[in-house]
Amino acid sequence: MKLGVLFSGGKDSVYATYLARKSGHEISCLITINSINKESFMFHTPSITKTIKQAEVMKIPISLYETNGEKEKELIDLKDAIKKAKEEFLIEGVVTGAIKSVYQASRIQKICNELDLECFNPLWQKDEELYLEELIQEGFEVILVGVFAYPFDESWIFRKIDSDFVIDINELHKKYKIHVAGEGGEFETFVLNCPMFSRGLKVSWKKVIQEGENSFRGELEIE
Amino acid sequence: MILIISVCSEKLHENEFVKPIEKFVGKNSFVKSFDNLTPKDLERADKVIISGTSLEDFDYMKSLDKFSWIKNFDKPLLGICAGMQIIGLTFGSKILEEKHVGAFREKFNCGYLDFKGEKEVYYLHNKAVSLPSNFFRLNLDLDYPTFFKHEKREIYGVLFHPEVYNGDLIREFVKD
Repeated sequence: MKLGVLFSGGKDSVYATYLARKSGHEISCLITINSINKESFMFHTPSITKTIKQAEVMKIPISLYETNGEKEKELIDLKDAIKKAKEEFLIEGVVTGAIKSVYQASRIQKICNELDLECFNPLWQKDEELYLEELIQEGFEVILVGVFAYPFDESWIFRKIDSDFVIDINELHKKYKIHVAGEGGEFETFVLNCPMFSRGLKVSWKKVIQEGENSFRGELEIE
Repeated sequence: MILIISVCSEKLHENEFVKPIEKFVGKNSFVKSFDNLTPKDLERADKVIISGTSLEDFDYMKSLDKFSWIKNFDKPLLGICAGMQIIGLTFGSKILEEKHVGAFREKFNCGYLDFKGEKEVYYLHNKAVSLPSNFFRLNLDLDYPTFFKHEKREIYGVLFHPEVYNGDLIREFVKD
């Protein structure tokens, strides 16, 4: 089946792409929605324009769209973007990296259904700790590019998801109920390398920006 | 041993509709697609769960003959969403064009599978089924069945997805 992926460049959408491809589907395009509103309910925002580099090393066409990110209006923008991908790339279905968010998943399900497209959520309800371990085992190089909850601090930005990270994030889960995979929006990630990339992406410049007491964003240039 | 029957026509959909059920069933289970189910699989199983599938997938409706075993099946059986529709259609239900996607609050009037009172449920369906004869309805709010049970046998159907919210319903069904 020809599929389009709702692609943020973070671990969930990249891993969902990987699973869809692994199960024999053709990934015809990546669909990236750049939300101007950083508090968007639907779209993850950090590093979103870097998805172009990821698309290049995966050799998959990418379509970039912008939304003001206003609640509900952004759903119209999302539907337009998916509709365009259907027309341009003749996709028969859409893949998302939704894990637990019924809010996100059900809205995308409705849009796909209205457009007569299949909707695949290959990470749906996945055990978060097992998921992180699977990512590491499958050779995904993932870094944190945003943290947005107590007790995160600057030291977490650009940290790699490895076995030490899994231990530490589990501690935060026990003490502060932080979702292990960041599904509650506690942190955002960016994938630098994985088995689908023809080469790994290198960080050539980086900077940490503080946005709130426990809110930090990592700016980076990649090559 | 619990048998989970997948009705997904796309293998990738099993990540979404079958694997989450396995989480609540535990290791004492095996998965078979409805397409290659054998009488031996049914013999081996102590209880059976029929999964749901995606909103666009109706292949199971074209293959109802593959579920004719349900009519005389005497072990506990739970159908989830498409699985409920299959059970209903096997026992004479009519298809209803009812669409619900997302989380809803609904009241249930029974203690079957320890499921009663007001619950938040997750729906993902384009169709439902009418109440078949010899079944009774356990939901109170919607005017068509979202939870039914056979009058005499341990056959249950739920239109909502307990593997998303209400995993305890699955645990209750599979426990000895």
